[in-house]
Amino acid sequence: MKIVIIDDEPLARSIVLEYLQEHTDVEVVAECNDGFQGVKAIAQNKPDLVFLDIQMPKINGFEMLELLDYTPNVIFTTAFDEYAIKAFEANAIDYLLKPFSRERFDLSIEKWKSKAAIAGTSEKNMQQLLENTPKQPDEKNRIVVKNGSDIRIVPMADVMYIEAYDDYVKIFTKDTYFLKKKTMNYYEQVLDSNLFFRTHRSFIINIQELTKIEPLEKNTYVVLLKNGKKIPLSRSGYSKLKETLGV
Amino acid sequence: MKNAFSYSLKKILRLYIGWWIFWALIQSCVLHRLGLTWEVSLTDSFISNGLLAFACFATIIVFRYYQPGNSNRMYRFLFAFGITILFCVSFRFALSSLLFNDVSYLHFLESSMPVRFIISLLVISFVTLLNWMWSNLEEQKEQEKRRTDAEQLVKDAELARLRQQLQPHFLFNSLNSISALAGSKPNEARKMIQQLSDFLRGTLKKDDQETVLLSEELDHLKLYLEIEKVRFGHRLNVAMNFEAASLSTEIPPLLMQPIVENAIKFGLYDTVDDITISVSSHLENNYLYVQIKNPFDSDTQQANEGTGFGLSSIQRRLFLLYARNDLMTIDKKEKQFITTLKIPQK
Repeated sequence: MKIVIIDDEPLARSIVLEYLQEHTDVEVVAECNDGFQGVKAIAQNKPDLVFLDIQMPKINGFEMLELLDYTPNVIFTTAFDEYAIKAFEANAIDYLLKPFSRERFDLSIEKWKSKAAIAGTSEKNMQQLLENTPKQPDEKNRIVVKNGSDIRIVPMADVMYIEAYDDYVKIFTKDTYFLKKKTMNYYEQVLDSNLFFRTHRSFIINIQELTKIEPLEKNTYVVLLKNGKKIPLSRSGYSKLKETLGV
Repeated sequence: MKNAFSYSLKKILRLYIGWWIFWALIQSCVLHRLGLTWEVSLTDSFISNGLLAFACFATIIVFRYYQPGNSNRMYRFLFAFGITILFCVSFRFALSSLLFNDVSYLHFLESSMPVRFIISLLVISFVTLLNWMWSNLEEQKEQEKRRTDAEQLVKDAELARLRQQLQPHFLFNSLNSISALAGSKPNEARKMIQQLSDFLRGTLKKDDQETVLLSEELDHLKLYLEIEKVRFGHRLNVAMNFEAASLSTEIPPLLMQPIVENAIKFGLYDTVDDITISVSSHLENNYLYVQIKNPFDSDTQQANEGTGFGLSSIQRRLFLLYARNDLMTIDKKEKQFITTLKIPQK
């Protein structure tokens, strides 16, 4: 079975490697320094298990998971305190609090093997994990997106609006848009309500981009963005938006 | 302290007695002018002023040990009134028994009693009033002192809390590195345990000092950097440049370390390349300047993200210590994040 280790500290990777030597049925196919390498290595190798650190350069462990097309089983290795980790306990295979003992590590492997034997981590589980995890401070200010093999970190201020698109959302910036497998409700909760506003079941706009509220027909309105784009505004959205803007 | 107090008390007592003798002499002159003999006027003056001095003294002493609350303010004046009556009765008794054969004087005494009563009532009331104002002032001073004491306590507690912000992440990740080294390189593991303990001990020890020498603070900082190098040695470079004259200056302890920690965090987590953190210091116009630079990526960092918790707590500490907000500045240019500290020297 194939394993990928992703951690920005070489010594932290080496201890996982060392503990894995006892387990002859697994093979470490890649070691990665950061999330970018991680995305590549997981796409190439389709590993059965990933050891993943959370605090890493540029994009953290959770953001990396969001970029994956293929969902592997994950064991988090982190120095986070237990309280923070409770939130994703239910959905990850396991988590190892650094520093961890060989016994604790072996227990994790056992757990993974028994779970993998039953069903494997479903994609739905991972989705839940990513939606329920408390956001790191960085994550509120940016969205990490993938366009082909190109990974981009988009500051929230550059996002003009977000539109629902089946199981995905389209995130529009000045010159392009990105697809992301998230729900509108997720973004409504995560985004700063002083900066973003949900005008409609299928739309969230950046309040900075708003130029005008226009009546469309009787009791229906649209909002006009700086680039001329018209976004529908629901009736309840209209009264709430007026409240938010203080008019 | 006690000597100084008894000295000043003696002085006050001497002044008090001198004052009353002075008044007694003036009164004798006035009485003499009114046609009494020197002998009679001196007796009258000294006995009346002596008794009045004693009455005032008694008033002061009584109010020293008994302070009626604000609700029964009238007690003070009832007391003053009572003392005055007591004074007049005893004065009249003393004089009439001393000079019982001087009929004209006894007449004078009889007719001057109302005036004497009014004057002594005024004097004693005045003393009572002064006493009351004085005790109010004392009380206010006491309250002020209690308030500043309480404020100082809060300030100390806050400072201690701000200093103790050792990142648990740092500790646990370091322990994890030691755990990894213990298997493959036991000697290096032992060295790192040593460094980590020295660092922690330094953090604990410095906790109650107001300032330390920059050179000491740098030793502590170097320990920290050594540990971080074990963890991130493959990516982390540190450049240090300290002006010799600045090494003997003073700096509040554990002030630089959180900034360097912040610099490393931003440097390491904001780019995937190798990074160089530079730390430098110099002395200028009786200020110690310490500068810490780290690279950052202006594309992914929001403008307002600069002052993380680490830096705002430094700002707060500097304000509590020096009552100034301009001692830490942050600059961003050419992908460098520059934190400058300005520490006033005595």
